[in-house]
Amino acid sequence: MKLRPPRRRRTRLAAAAAALAVLAGAGTWTVAAAGGDPPVRREDRFLAAAGDGVRLDTSFFTAGDAGRRRPAVLLAHGFGGSKDDLRSRAEDLARDGYAVLTWSARGFGKSGGRIGLNDPDREIADVGRLLDWLATRPEVRLDGEGDPRVGIAGASYGGAAALLAAGHDKRVDAVAPSITYWNLADSLFPDGVFKKLWSGIFFTSGASGPSKARCGRFAPDLCAMYERVATAGRPDADARALLERRSPSAVADRIKVPALLVQGQGDSLFPLTESDRAARAIRRNGAPVAVDWIAGGHDSGSKEEDGRVADRTRTWFDRYLKGDKSTGTGPAFRISRTGGLDSAEGRQRLRGASGDRYPGLRNDPRTIPLAGREQRFGNPAGGAPPSVSAVPGLGAAARLSGLGLGLALDFPGQYARFDSARLTEGVRVTGTPVARVEVASDSGEATLFAKVYDVGPDGKEQLPGQLVAPLHVTGARDGRTVEVRLPAIDHTFEAGHRMRLVLSATDLGYASPAAPAAYTVSLAGGGLSVPTAPDVTTGSAGLPWWAWGLPAAGAAAAAALLLTGRRRTATPAPDPALADVPLQISGLTKRYAKSHDRYAVRDLSFRVERGQVLGLLGPNGAGKTTTLRMLMGLIRPDGGEVRVFGHAIRPGAPVLSRVGAFVEGAGFLPHLSGRANLDLYWRATGRPAGDAHVAEALEIAGLGSALDRAVRTYSQGMRQRLAIAQAMLGLPDLLILDEPTNGLDPPQIREMREVMIRYAAGGRTVIVSSHLLAEVEQSCTHLVVMDRGRLVTAGPVADITGSGDTLLVGVAGGVGDALAEKVAGLPGVASAVRADEGLLVRLGGLTTPELLGELVRLEIPVTSVGPHRRLEDAFLTLIGGTP
Amino acid sequence: MSTASAPGYRPGRTLPLRVEAARQLRRRRTLVVGGVLAVLPFVLIAAFAVGGRSGGRDDRISLMDTATASGVNFAATALFVSAGFLLVVPVALFCGDTVASEASWSSLRYLLAAPVPRTRLLASKLTVALAFSAAAMLLLPLVALAAGAAAYGWGPLQLPTGGTLPAGTAVARLAAVVAYVFVGQLVTAALAFWLSTVTDAPLGAVGGAMGLTILGNVLDAVTALGHWRDLLPAHWQYAWVDVLQPHAEWGGMVRGAAVSVAYALVLFALAFRHFRAKDVVS
Repeated sequence: MKLRPPRRRRTRLAAAAAALAVLAGAGTWTVAAAGGDPPVRREDRFLAAAGDGVRLDTSFFTAGDAGRRRPAVLLAHGFGGSKDDLRSRAEDLARDGYAVLTWSARGFGKSGGRIGLNDPDREIADVGRLLDWLATRPEVRLDGEGDPRVGIAGASYGGAAALLAAGHDKRVDAVAPSITYWNLADSLFPDGVFKKLWSGIFFTSGASGPSKARCGRFAPDLCAMYERVATAGRPDADARALLERRSPSAVADRIKVPALLVQGQGDSLFPLTESDRAARAIRRNGAPVAVDWIAGGHDSGSKEEDGRVADRTRTWFDRYLKGDKSTGTGPAFRISRTGGLDSAEGRQRLRGASGDRYPGLRNDPRTIPLAGREQRFGNPAGGAPPSVSAVPGLGAAARLSGLGLGLALDFPGQYARFDSARLTEGVRVTGTPVARVEVASDSGEATLFAKVYDVGPDGKEQLPGQLVAPLHVTGARDGRTVEVRLPAIDHTFEAGHRMRLVLSATDLGYASPAAPAAYTVSLAGGGLSVPTAPDVTTGSAGLPWWAWGLPAAGAAAAAALLLTGRRRTATPAPDPALADVPLQISGLTKRYAKSHDRYAVRDLSFRVERGQVLGLLGPNGAGKTTTLRMLMGLIRPDGGEVRVFGHAIRPGAPVLSRVGAFVEGAGFLPHLSGRANLDLYWRATGRPAGDAHVAEALEIAGLGSALDRAVRTYSQGMRQRLAIAQAMLGLPDLLILDEPTNGLDPPQIREMREVMIRYAAGGRTVIVSSHLLAEVEQSCTHLVVMDRGRLVTAGPVADITGSGDTLLVGVAGGVGDALAEKVAGLPGVASAVRADEGLLVRLGGLTTPELLGELVRLEIPVTSVGPHRRLEDAFLTLIGGTP
Repeated sequence: MSTASAPGYRPGRTLPLRVEAARQLRRRRTLVVGGVLAVLPFVLIAAFAVGGRSGGRDDRISLMDTATASGVNFAATALFVSAGFLLVVPVALFCGDTVASEASWSSLRYLLAAPVPRTRLLASKLTVALAFSAAAMLLLPLVALAAGAAAYGWGPLQLPTGGTLPAGTAVARLAAVVAYVFVGQLVTAALAFWLSTVTDAPLGAVGGAMGLTILGNVLDAVTALGHWRDLLPAHWQYAWVDVLQPHAEWGGMVRGAAVSVAYALVLFALAFRHFRAKDVVS
């Protein structure tokens, strides 16, 4: 195009532009970003636009080393916006190593001039000036003199500017336009029908400015064109020509740079057909093209995809501007498919589907038969009320269509419809469905709006993308067969649903004839030809890395927790020499929790042989129970070891299965009966039921009918007996009873004593702990006396208590030496010693009654005769009490 | 007499699941929880019968509005009203009480001295507690489904957003929902279970787990936390409503399950680690 300056002249212009660059309002800011990102320098200045003295408001962003030359990116804003919309994106790109220039296009923001709708002589020439200026910057990498390495990205209006600049200026190296037009005339006047609602929004949003009333900041020729078309309700050839000249399609054969084309699926302004034509044209020119169909578009916004599109744009530039061949540019074709609503994020989930080639809009079509007789309907006079499909501004409706909530409306008598049978299998339509219909109109012309509904089994209609395709039919007085190209969609028609082709006389978004007309529409065979893209496969849902990483990290942490902190003490091998020794305790030590020098048990050693009934004697707090707990593997000793039948005790040591224990009270499930408790306990040991010897245990418990009552109703004594019975289940080789007679009445205590003695008589071993001397003295064969955690003495009861034939004789009035000698001289008396309380007599043949008879005979005033408890003496002495 | 263990004793056979289940089944709390969950659907049916149809059908979209549309709808509604709190209680109860109550009854030391190996004891107890929790979660929707089908008929699931799901699909989805609610509650289960091994007070373990659930809900309401809330299990507790729409959306449930499972694994590991070295003094 002649307006593009030749190369030589451009360098001169560049110098001029650079000279003009610093104008009022220029300034430099440094934006320190949070989180340690490098700060971004921003330079705001006005640059001279092409020709007419208009000044453009620009911002230039760089980050990092100012001396390094880097590729440049131009970010162009959308219609009605300004450079300020792009600041954060520009800062991000600057941090990624680009020199970024944003500017307000003429007619927008603080820039001067009027809106020329990307007029090649104005807005696009302006881009050339910006490139000139970039070429003068020391930060910008050059491909040649005056030729910066530069890409242009922009959405909508800015996207078209990118495409047009690429067509008009060879210095542009890559573009990433999104949701933009290829041919503005086709977008605003599709098939000759005026897209009045969107056009109105488009033009009036540009008309806010100093002369708001009519044309605002629009260039007069464009304003006049719009007013003419809007008034007529239909476009004319001049209007088309005006817009086509400003469209990328005008330079279709000259856009030869890598292009990332992003288009919205919910965009009734610039539908998917626009990017389709751009893709075909640019690919024909031999440049790499990727097509990305995002969710949303002009109808509903595309905020949730902004981040992804920005990322993809960056990788596109990384590849084609930085020349980083290791950067993947993403699939050649990608579709964001909407899934369901994600309540946690309050929005619909998107998942990407991709293919390694762009299939176009008519790929692999299959025909869905339609049925329906010829239908007559009317165009209402004045074109009202209109059918409703996409409504700009109510665009969220388009997104809701994915939830079955779309708002679409046709008025009876104003449309024809043709249904398919219920689909036997789901069909995913990707592209433009096509149908052939015969249209007749009594006026000779017909304006129709074609759409394909997805009709659910319950008859509910859903309009994919809320899109309709207008068609204008002429010469149809006697009927004419036309091909209806429906809106391009990506939508799955599920099995059991129907496809419904509707041709309606009106649509809210479009101008339709005001004159009433009667239309007749019938199918012209062939059904509905729907394109598919089987090669485009939906990826897994876009889950964040942590969706898999977190459980893996959790599992790793769990494994670490389980594998560490284990006390790595190997279980000592069983000692065969001790295999027949029920219990050997050596050096056993246990400190109190959180204490270094307070011992519950200290350096305790003793041994129990088979057949013994061992009494563990000591006052409360002597460490008896702690010792027994260590014996049962409930608590770990701090030192020393316990061996049962030669096996060292660890928590859960199998040898404990040969030990029955009753320690520190009963432990039963209160809601179960005594019998059920014993039964479940035995089953919990996993041992054969026949080994339990329940009957013997129950006999000991002696609970009678109470056995079938819940344990919570038991008295203390009953629980005690049941617990002892539980300890005896399976007749363990070693039976441990801790204070077994607590809470028992005297007959029961006597009985218990006999039980213990009987039990040990069978070759088994019993350990019974008590703080009551009398108890152990009468039932035990051996004793271990403990106090304050230490062993006081151990040995056979007889050794400790003496032979048991010493009597203490109380004498009224005290005992003299003479008396003692007299008694000692009696036959059958081994010795008689004076003691504080009376006379100690050790018998040497006499029985106690015989001794008593002798004493009476000697006229000694005897007040009492009883066994002399040497053990008690020893015990009290040893544990520090004074006797 | 020199054998390492009593005849017939094998560590791997101690405290079989059947025995542990029998020990827990007849506890009053088990029966009460079961009873409440089985009765709740009938209470709801009575409430709908007394209250009549919800008036605000057009104003707000909620499962409540379609509760009486069919048995499946009713089951979904019953799940919805109970998933936030009611279904947390049995999980916290079964998992939090299982070890601590044995400790408080003193029966724990007899099991350990039987001996049931500690890891085995925890594994058995955890399995049974989780099975009871799962049963509690299944009980409510099953009763609701049956009672709802009897009261409102068998039909497709009316989605609150419009549209329907065929009854077969809907029941399958509800099954997935129950599975998700269960997985989502694993974190509560694990926390309760860990506390159960730490304390001897059953109520402490149950209350602690419930308290942390409530704390999670409170924190999740603090929108200022932004994406940090993604790490809260409570953030995902209603992610399952995403399957009650034409396009079932599983992403939220996958993430919710990921969060729950991750925490649960760590907490379960803490429980085992703590218990295997613990001095049992109760």
